[in-house]
Order: sequence, then structure tokens, then C-alpha cells
Amino acid sequence: MSIEVLGISKRFGSSVAVDDVTFSVPTGSLTALLGPSGGGKSTVLRIIAGLEVPDTGSVWIDDEDVTNQPARARGIGFCFQHYAPFRHMTVYENVAFGLRVRRRPKAEVDARVRELLSLVRLDGFAGRYPSQLSGGQRQRMALARALAVQPKVLLLDEPFGALDAQVRKELRLWLRELHDTMHVTTVLVTHDQEEAMEVADEIAVIRDGHLEQSGSPAECYDKPATPFVLTFLGPATRLDGDWVRPHDLEVRREALPGSRRAVVERVTRLGFEVRLDLALDDGSTTWAQLARRDADALALSPGDTVHIEHVASTVS
Amino acid sequence: MRVLALRPADADEAAEASELLLTGGTLRPASSGRRPARTRASLGSSAFKWLLRLFGICYVGLLVGVPVGSVVWRALSPGLASAVDAVTSSAGLHALWLTLEVTALAVACNTVFGLGVALILARRRFPGASVLEALIDLPLSLSPVVVGLALLLFWSSTQGWARLVVVRLGFEVLFSFPGIVLASAFISLPYVVREVLPVLVEIGTEQEQAAHTLGAGSFYTFGRITLPSIRWGLAYGVVLTAARVLGEFGAVSVVSGDVVGRTQTLTLYVNSLFQNYDYPGAYAGALLLALISLCLLGLLSLSRRRRAVT
Repeated sequence: MSIEVLGISKRFGSSVAVDDVTFSVPTGSLTALLGPSGGGKSTVLRIIAGLEVPDTGSVWIDDEDVTNQPARARGIGFCFQHYAPFRHMTVYENVAFGLRVRRRPKAEVDARVRELLSLVRLDGFAGRYPSQLSGGQRQRMALARALAVQPKVLLLDEPFGALDAQVRKELRLWLRELHDTMHVTTVLVTHDQEEAMEVADEIAVIRDGHLEQSGSPAECYDKPATPFVLTFLGPATRLDGDWVRPHDLEVRREALPGSRRAVVERVTRLGFEVRLDLALDDGSTTWAQLARRDADALALSPGDTVHIEHVASTVS
Repeated sequence: MRVLALRPADADEAAEASELLLTGGTLRPASSGRRPARTRASLGSSAFKWLLRLFGICYVGLLVGVPVGSVVWRALSPGLASAVDAVTSSAGLHALWLTLEVTALAVACNTVFGLGVALILARRRFPGASVLEALIDLPLSLSPVVVGLALLLFWSSTQGWARLVVVRLGFEVLFSFPGIVLASAFISLPYVVREVLPVLVEIGTEQEQAAHTLGAGSFYTFGRITLPSIRWGLAYGVVLTAARVLGEFGAVSVVSGDVVGRTQTLTLYVNSLFQNYDYPGAYAGALLLALISLCLLGLLSLSRRRRAVT
């Protein structure tokens, strides 16, 4: 069940939310729409879902033009950032909702709901109300609810945005596992590049309504198409006017041909990594990222002189 | 006053400190332990709170409790049997029945209308929305007598579509049942809208969008998602409307003509008894009105507590 988005644009009043965005989502993949807040990625997702109507362009789901179809006819599953639970219904009734709309027989509804609750590990919670659940549990319920009707595609709008860091990490791994089991074409909107890199097969970077780049996480990271993608997807710093990755800077005590002299200004230990703030001869500053082992081997302290060399391809 | 450097464990003491600051107390050293601080000032403030509460109770008691209590007393002092007699005269029973019919109809109309308008206003801002809101609030500020007069003037005009309805369709409005319902609906217009609208705005549309993505159509979504979410706000608004219609006097007295046994509502009936010096009867009728209001009050407090919870 692939998704094709062709040349869609959308304005709200005088502001342009989405400007001529085109990309495709292969069947069975997990694609992340990544970008800064307010960049238009949620709008794109909602256009795919049918919750917004684009001003121009078309949306194709499973090789069918669904641009003029309402949300309920598209066979999609949607999860909201704040879960949108049906607060007056129990967890069971929430998950059963889509099936009851379709007038499925009671036994079938019951079996499917139990199966899904087990899948999302909310087995004992069937009789509870959403207000009695934690944030993570509510989102799992929302996912079960969306999956109940066996959607062709699953659309997630910053599903972990409202959760705290630890729960977010656990749930995103769990989502990946779920996807590997169920293989539903999934589109995930997030502003967290770490989340996108960890979970997605494909990334589409969207900023200010424009698609900056789409490709696999490795492609986007190693071969960024624009400076924005470079700085957004991972740590970046400038060396001689070029953008480089701090972990691509090799730091040595001794000088070698091709290396630059720098003075260590600050050493910051960040658990596994060590960050070195460096001042170059020409007055500019940059920073390098080393593994702890390497940093310990060098035994650096502020004021030491080192020699740095960039050891990978760069983008200007 | 000493200022303590805050550590996480001092959170309780910090809260205590700010409470004392507000009541003008002094900060005690941390070593004094975790007893609630009782300075002269905080004792003084709790006495003040009790005084305020007493004043509030006396105010409401004098303004409302005493008059209503005396009506109950006067109505029941000649005996329960005579009070019941006074109310169950044919005119009285007719008035009661008329009032209940009018209330039911006016409440039904305003519930449907109120829900519709609240939905329109909550969903999307359109030009003229604020004008509509102001118009809806108009019956609150307009004197009921003015309302009655306005209706009287409109429906007795000899040209325009008012005349069309009355003459061509033979549909009597003034001095009959439709007129009373019209006047009652007018003066109780805002209540459902005012109660339902903020609840709708607070819930937002996400639940409805979620229902749509799951395949539900508009009516299904309205019935299974929207309505249950606003049910307590709606209930509160409906009961307020009923209470308002029940107690209406001014507008209805102008529009109905106050014809005994035909267009006399319960409030008009009590008034006519009073005007004719039948005080026991008037008090009995007033007691009946008060009893119905009490029931509505009970329903009101039931839904009031639940309406903020969605």
C-alpha cells in the first residue's frame, strides 16, 4: 500500500504551510517526515489522511487517487500527538470503535480487540478509562484503536511528542518492532532527528513547507543535499568555512601533513562522548567529538595544543 | 526575615513560607520541625475566614431563605389539605398543565437550536459570529416586559408576513398557546448555547477527527462522540432553561392576555389569586412553584459538578 504525494500545496490565510511537496512512501516501509516545529510536516500528514484538503496537487494511496475522498473513506489509521482518546468510553470501547462503525459481529469485535490489547500490552486495562492511563498507555491504546480496522496505511502525528524522554525511547523501539511484525505502511511525523534516524527506513526532511531531501537515514546523514539537512540531522561545525561532522575530526598530539594546529579551550565529558572546544590559529572556533577511550588516550586538558584533520567528505 | 537557600527537600518549607508571607507571619528557623506553623497572624486569618463564611450564609439566608421559608410556612399553616385544595382547583390544574406543556416545548426548541448554534460557533470563525453571539445574549439583558410588547406589536401588525401567518394560515399567535411558547423560548434562548459552547471549545475537534479516520460519518460521530462529551454541560443548560421558563412572568403576561383557564400559566395564576386577595391560595400556588424549582435545583447541582469533567 504505497503512498504518492504529488505537488501538494496548502495555505492557511496568508501563510504558506506546504509548498509544492512531492515524495513517495514505498509499500511496507516506515517513513519519517522530519523537520522543525511549524515546518508543515503535520499539514502534509493531515493532507495524506484527508483531514485537510490541499489547494493544489494530489494524493495517491495504493495507486488510487484519493485527493477528493474524505478521511473515512481512505482506509487509514491515524494517531494524534495528544492521543485524542474517546474520554467517555473505556479502553475496550475505544479500540472497538472502528469495528463497531463497520457493524462487525460481536464475537469478531471481541476477538480482535483482545488480540490488539494483547499486542500493545494493555491486557488488563480493557475496563479502564483513558483518564486512568498514563501517557504512554494512552498512545498504545490509540495505536491499537487505529490498527483495529486493518488500515492500508498508518499515519502518526508526533506520537511520542507529549511523553517524557525515557518513555519516548522505549515506545519508539517498540513501534519499530511492531512495524517489523505487521508491515503496515507507516508515515511518522517527528521533530526529533534521533527518533527518525533510529526508527525509519526513509526520511523526508521538510522545512518551511519545502521538501529539503528524501532518502534513507544514512543517505541523508552522509550526503546531505542542503546545509540545513546537514545541521539538522546531526552535529555539525565549521572548519575553514566548510561544514564538517565533529566526529569526523581526528585529533592528535603530533603534527602530520594536512593537519591544522588548534588549542584546546574546553573538555566536556558527556558520558560515552567527549566534546573538545578548539580554537584555531586564525581565531575561529570549532569542536570535535571523540569517543571516551580516544580522549583518555590523549589525556587532554584546556590549553593543550593539538593537531586536527578532517577525515571524510564534506558539503560546503 | 531570614531567606533560606532552597534545596529540594525544602520544598515543603518553601510552600509553608509563602503561605506565611501571604498571611503576614514570620519565618521560623528550619530546626523547629515540620509542625504546621501557628503564629498569631495565621490564627487571626482563620477567624477572618470563618467570619466571611458566616456573613455569606447570613446574606443568602436573609435574601432567599427567609422569604421562601415564610411562604412555605404560610402555605402549610392552614393545613396541608387546604393547600392542596387551593392548587387543585380547575383553574389551578389547568395552569399547572399549561406551564408544563409550555416548558417542555420551549426547552425542546431551545435545546435543538442551542446545540446547533453552539456547534456552528465552536467550529469555525465566520464573519458575523460575534454579532450572532451578541444577539443570543440579548434576551438576558432585555426586560421580559419589553419582549412581550415587542411580540405583541409584531404579531398584531396588519401587514407583512406576520399577518400572513395569522390570517392566511389561521394560526393564532397572540393570546394563545403559540404566543406563550414563543415568548418563553425567547427569554430562555441563551442558556443552552452559553453552557454548551465553552465545553465544545474546550474539547476541541480531535476526538471527532479521530472518529472520522476510523470510518464514522457525521451523524454517527455526533451521536457517539460529540453528544456524550458535552452531555453534562447540555444537561445543565437544559435545566437552566426549564427553570427560567417556569418562572417567567412579564413577557408571558403581556402576550397571553392572562385568560383564566385558557392562557394562564402557573405564575400568572398565583398572581391573579394574590390580586383577588386569595392569599392562602396564592401561597399554596407559590409553594408548588417552589417545589418544582427545588427538583430542578437538584438536577442542576447534579449536572453542575459533572459538567467540567469531559
